[in-house]
Amino acid sequence: MTSTRQPVAEGLFTWPPTPSEPPRLIGSECTACGLVSFPAAADCVRCGGQDPKERLLADRGTLWTYTTQNFRPPSPPYDGPEAFEPYAVGYIELPGELLVEARLTEADPHRLRIGQPMRLTLVPYTVRDDGTEAVTFAFTPAEERAS
Amino acid sequence: MTEAVIIGVGLHPFGRFPGKPALDMGADAVRLALADAGVNWPQIQGGYIGSYEVANPDAIVGRLGLTGVPLRGVFNGCATAGTAIALAARAIETGEHDLTIAIGLDKHPRGAFAADPSVAGIPSWYGQTGLFLTTHFFGMKINRYMHDHGISHETLARVAAKNFGNAAANEKAWRRTPLTPEEILASPVLNYPLRQYMYCGPDEGAAAIVLCRADQAHKYTQKPVRVRSTALRSRRLGAFEVQSPSFPVGEIVESPTVDASRAAYERAGIGPQDVDVAQLQDTDAGSEIIHMAENGLCKDGEQERLIAEGATGIGGRLPVNTDGGLLGNGEPIGASGLRQIHEIVLQLRGTAGTRQIPGTPRVGYTHLYGAPGVSAVTILST
Ligand SMILES: [Zn+2]
Repeated sequence: MTSTRQPVAEGLFTWPPTPSEPPRLIGSECTACGLVSFPAAADCVRCGGQDPKERLLADRGTLWTYTTQNFRPPSPPYDGPEAFEPYAVGYIELPGELLVEARLTEADPHRLRIGQPMRLTLVPYTVRDDGTEAVTFAFTPAEERAS
Repeated sequence: MTEAVIIGVGLHPFGRFPGKPALDMGADAVRLALADAGVNWPQIQGGYIGSYEVANPDAIVGRLGLTGVPLRGVFNGCATAGTAIALAARAIETGEHDLTIAIGLDKHPRGAFAADPSVAGIPSWYGQTGLFLTTHFFGMKINRYMHDHGISHETLARVAAKNFGNAAANEKAWRRTPLTPEEILASPVLNYPLRQYMYCGPDEGAAAIVLCRADQAHKYTQKPVRVRSTALRSRRLGAFEVQSPSFPVGEIVESPTVDASRAAYERAGIGPQDVDVAQLQDTDAGSEIIHMAENGLCKDGEQERLIAEGATGIGGRLPVNTDGGLLGNGEPIGASGLRQIHEIVLQLRGTAGTRQIPGTPRVGYTHLYGAPGVSAVTILST
């Protein structure tokens, strides 16, 4: 199969990922006050500054909270597959940066817990009419460090 | 400054009314409120009207009478009706008008609200990938709250059972079939930990409130209800709010509900301990629990015991959502907050029938919360 993959939007995460350069979310940092934003923002919501610089966000964090999506969201805007598979959503705390909302690769709420280490990944979330897979970012449970 | 008092309330039932336009529901609610106040439409000097679905709700003058009255359309998400009552009261307080009206009406189709993320200033990928759902926020907020403050799934179910039970005693409510906590816990999970019977649904309905100057109230009623304060706040940077692709890490920043609540208590000179009956935004069972604390009515975590004891029931010491709340009534966005005011007025007048709370309630409290992080509080008293 020769399907191609495309990111759901430009400027959301680094693309294409390679073994030596795993994906990173593309945020911004206000050069006046240092506020970190995601997605990258032209205007700073803290100081009103309009001079941001690009900042690649940490690809690891901890799960701050989560929920599941057990029914197909209204379309539009959702453009996932007609055959609906429940997914989970959460906020991941990237220390010193921000809390980012993302899909989670683990859809079973009983296998998720607040405080769990998480790692950024990319997932194809739907297939377009031309066979292109649309890719978005997600967080996946990371291996815990052995104590 | 002159004080505004409520002299008339009118409520069109909430639910589904095929073939009946929202404007007609609104006109019915206005006529009920006018009759309750003992005034007629040409006496109304100004008003504020809110709706999500009706582009020009002020077209209601075509049903009520083309008197030339200034009727201003207002919209503020789920806080629309809180905004309408605040402005109608403010027009009296500032001396602009002596007799005003606040009107809300809506007619939503079945199913979850669907919208284009761009209307909320959010990029389209957020909606395409299935993140643009307000229900996610409610699931995630209560999940974190349960973790931090020891709230159980049973407590979620007890809140929903209470509100459906209260709605069963309300002939104008939509969901009037009582459900047990066990039945609620057996319904399908929609957004963990929230289940089908823990969510309100969009529906149809209308409400209207007539206000006048306090010093003229004797002309209309023996039991005016005083508008002690209104407050509206939007989200501050760092607060965890609905439809946020991200938010800053750092110090905990309180929700706009906490901000609006504090401002309203301060302006009213009334404290949470004085509140006899409250109507809180219960988009879902978790929201009612969180909003009890955010409105100062209990400490974080106390809800587990209070709700188990029945404190928030009609016979309890802090009755919440006595008419069934949003869970029992559904949410026609423009009308929802005026339904809350309607219920508080009935309770303070002592005319709430089988759901009348005991004693002589003196202070009532209403609260709304909605996208994209806005909250409205109104404090009323006898
Ligand atoms: Zn800045």
